[in-house]
Amino acid sequence: MKINLSINGKSYSQDVEPRLLLIHFLREVAGLTGTHMGCETSLCGACTVELNGKAIKSCTMFAVQANGAEIVTVEGLANNGKLDPVQEAFWNEHGLQCGFCTPGMIMASKQILDRNPSPTEEEVRHGLEGNVCRCTGYQHIVNAVKAAAAGAGK
Amino acid sequence: MATTTTKTETFVGKRIRRREDPRLITGTATYVEDIQMPGMHYAVILRSPHAAARIRSIDTKKAVSAPGVVCVFTGKDTKGVGAVPCGVAMPDLRVPQHTILATERVYFVGHPVAVVVARDRYLARDAADLIEVDYEVLPAVADPEKALAKGAPAVHPQWPDNVAFTYHQDGGNIDKAFAEADVVVKQRIVSQRLVPMAMETRGVVAEWRGADRQLNLYTSTQIPHLVRTIVAAMLGLEENRMRVIAPEVGGGFGSKLNVYAEEALMGYVSMKIQKPVKWIESRRENFTCTIHGRGHVDYYEVAAKRDGTILGIKLKLIQDVGAYHQLLTPLIPQLSVLMMPGLYNTQNIRGDIIGVFTNCVPTDAYRGAGRPEATHGIERMVDILAAELKMDPAEIRLKNFVTKDKFPYPTATGLMYDSGDYATPLKKALDLVGYVKLRQEQADLRKQGKYMGIGISTYGEICAIGPSPATPAGGWESATVKIEPSGKVTILTGACPHGQGEETTFAQIAADELGVGLDDILVIRGDTAVVQYGIGTFGSRATAVGGTALYYALQDLKAKIKKFGEMLLESDDVSLMIGQVIDNKSGKAKTFQEIAGAAYRALKLPPNTEPGLLATRFWEPPNFTFPFGAHIVVTDIDDETGQIKIRRYVAVDDCGNILNPLIVDGQVHGGVAQGLGQALWEQAVYDDNGQLVTGELTDYAVPRAQMMPWIESHHTCTPSPINPLGVKGVGEAGTIGCSPAVVNSVVDALSPLGVRHLDMPLTPEKIWKVVAKKN
Ligand code: FES
Ligand code: FES
Repeated sequence: MKINLSINGKSYSQDVEPRLLLIHFLREVAGLTGTHMGCETSLCGACTVELNGKAIKSCTMFAVQANGAEIVTVEGLANNGKLDPVQEAFWNEHGLQCGFCTPGMIMASKQILDRNPSPTEEEVRHGLEGNVCRCTGYQHIVNAVKAAAAGAGK
Repeated sequence: MATTTTKTETFVGKRIRRREDPRLITGTATYVEDIQMPGMHYAVILRSPHAAARIRSIDTKKAVSAPGVVCVFTGKDTKGVGAVPCGVAMPDLRVPQHTILATERVYFVGHPVAVVVARDRYLARDAADLIEVDYEVLPAVADPEKALAKGAPAVHPQWPDNVAFTYHQDGGNIDKAFAEADVVVKQRIVSQRLVPMAMETRGVVAEWRGADRQLNLYTSTQIPHLVRTIVAAMLGLEENRMRVIAPEVGGGFGSKLNVYAEEALMGYVSMKIQKPVKWIESRRENFTCTIHGRGHVDYYEVAAKRDGTILGIKLKLIQDVGAYHQLLTPLIPQLSVLMMPGLYNTQNIRGDIIGVFTNCVPTDAYRGAGRPEATHGIERMVDILAAELKMDPAEIRLKNFVTKDKFPYPTATGLMYDSGDYATPLKKALDLVGYVKLRQEQADLRKQGKYMGIGISTYGEICAIGPSPATPAGGWESATVKIEPSGKVTILTGACPHGQGEETTFAQIAADELGVGLDDILVIRGDTAVVQYGIGTFGSRATAVGGTALYYALQDLKAKIKKFGEMLLESDDVSLMIGQVIDNKSGKAKTFQEIAGAAYRALKLPPNTEPGLLATRFWEPPNFTFPFGAHIVVTDIDDETGQIKIRRYVAVDDCGNILNPLIVDGQVHGGVAQGLGQALWEQAVYDDNGQLVTGELTDYAVPRAQMMPWIESHHTCTPSPINPLGVKGVGEAGTIGCSPAVVNSVVDALSPLGVRHLDMPLTPEKIWKVVAKKN
């Protein structure tokens, strides 16, 4: 099946197998390996990307379902070498260790801040419910999201 | 020529953000799954659905002729490949032959039976479904105590008693201690099986280059050099023809401190098909086929005087081994016995281990590896003893601590604790939490029928693993430091950090020693073709052992730099500071670039000095280090739902000198999350048929953000005398300190109901049953 979609502002037009998962399209067809597969079952959030402005899990969506969509992945956040404030905050606050959950965490965090520019600790934790990190204990991630919120408000 | 920054500011001890992060936050890091190669094929492994069965036949015909499939291999094909080794030697250790694919029998659910290789992962998966295996299902046993019972099914028919090994250790005079005791407390304590669940599953890319006789193996591992030595031997390949690369590794926690069948299997496949091949473990496979941790049933007895003085400790430890020994399986419970006395001054111990085969995936090192179990045991027992004697749990600990003046302290288990001051973190934690007030509040709440608990754990651990005689494969670590001709600094570390931040902390150490900027330094790890032999990252050793190797290599290099400085400055009185060598008399200086230039150009050399600026050290630690600390947890329990709410979590950890507080806090937080996971939620449950019931993230509850309390992380600092950095290690502290503090808190809350002990995980259902029964 032929699909057309845009990823990080770039258009792709491609013949794909109907059962190809969106995450495999991103990683293997578009070569954007920042989006990770952590569980394949919608439970860990490592594969989170933005689709038409909404955070979704790309492991449980077929590429064909994304026909016509605009997708942003972690690779699309930095602008001309300038990090997105959420990326910068994860760096400053040590919001990552092994880094495997990080792209998904950053995409989920952006969504939290899009919906609520100054979330409480509770709200941040709740918003990250769908994303598992096995390394950080989440505290520095919470700090990062709050720091990004504070920075963006300036 | 590039310039090397010189600076007067120092970096060690500062909250410096990590140098490894830019690639990770931009999605440009390369994990195994991100590797693509021309002609690459994909492997999918067919695994046993039964915990115990005889394989009557395997029919691969349909699979072989399925679209896209290149070949299928079974145990018959891989018979020539060496067995997956157990790295531990012990008298009477029973080691079953662990072939990389099952041959006649399968021993656990997930046991690899066949491998399908196709040009596309989807096609490989489809074809795996077409393999027909005729199994004769046999009775299985999944519980170690049941496996020891008479008449239990034999996991390995040649050993009908299911005993994998036994181990005994005596210290002091335990019988006398128990004979003289006023009180003896006993308790059965379970430390349940856990799934390490690194966010990146395992994965391997093998690339055989036949013309060069060279096998490149990319694998998500904590120990690339050991994987090379062992897998090369399994494949019958010369070790120098194999290169192992651990690219970005997405978490290990001990589960990747191993050599797995799939690593050798992919090497075998690539050599057969003469093409690169990739295998990525699914999450389901990660649950069923990557090692589990813990799996203890412990029977404790503690003898004490009426005033609370501990006289002796006995432990009978039943270790669930699983179906095989993985690399370190039999070693892990021995660490528990070594840690038995905890921080307490008793010279009388007896530890007995029975390792038991079960039809489950093997257990092995998982964060803390033997030490969380030991700490959980002794810290629970001290609370049980305090309750028995109606003593305050803080007071009984302060009474029994090895005191500050006793270090180095020889333990009854044969260790030599390096340095310690155990009362200080406890007192600090008691202050921070407001202990006295909390006890008053608790008394008031109890009058109102409310359940609030205060739990203390004071833990010690064995870190910086470790002196070589105490380890199966060498306990040293290596480092090379080079100053390149341009004056830039390259570090090669044999430790293979994977998230712990040594690309940053090692740069901090080198920057301070050499007086250069962090940006002048690059730390390289994880590639056996680039880095001299090394051991790896585990056991809180990377900084304490690997960092020390680096420190000594830097000293060697500095001596050589000075020699070149003396020659160039024509002086015999020079010092090295801020990236240059200065003549102390004239004040004239030569920069590192000038010195490096002279050292590599080599027109003139100092006496007895070779060209170049490079130093390598392999550092053998004279002892372990012994970090310690106190964690206090305050819980409120909802008696209607059984929910445990953590009101406060105070951690005071002493890991010696701190190189980077940001990274240390991150390690503590992550460690606590895993300890809390064990205390409250996580458990690998096998049913009686050996099926893993909790084999997905839906059933196995790892902590999520909203489940975690705010961790108040504090420190005391007692430097280790074992290494010049004074560091002790902090990777496992949080996990080790956490679980007993949580359980002690909940038991304390429920003590008015007569509760004396609860086994983990403390699920709401378990708590609710306790409360409902008593109400
Ligand atoms: S990989 Fe998609 S949620 Fe885990
Ligand atoms: S940083 Fe390793 S899983 Fe989150």
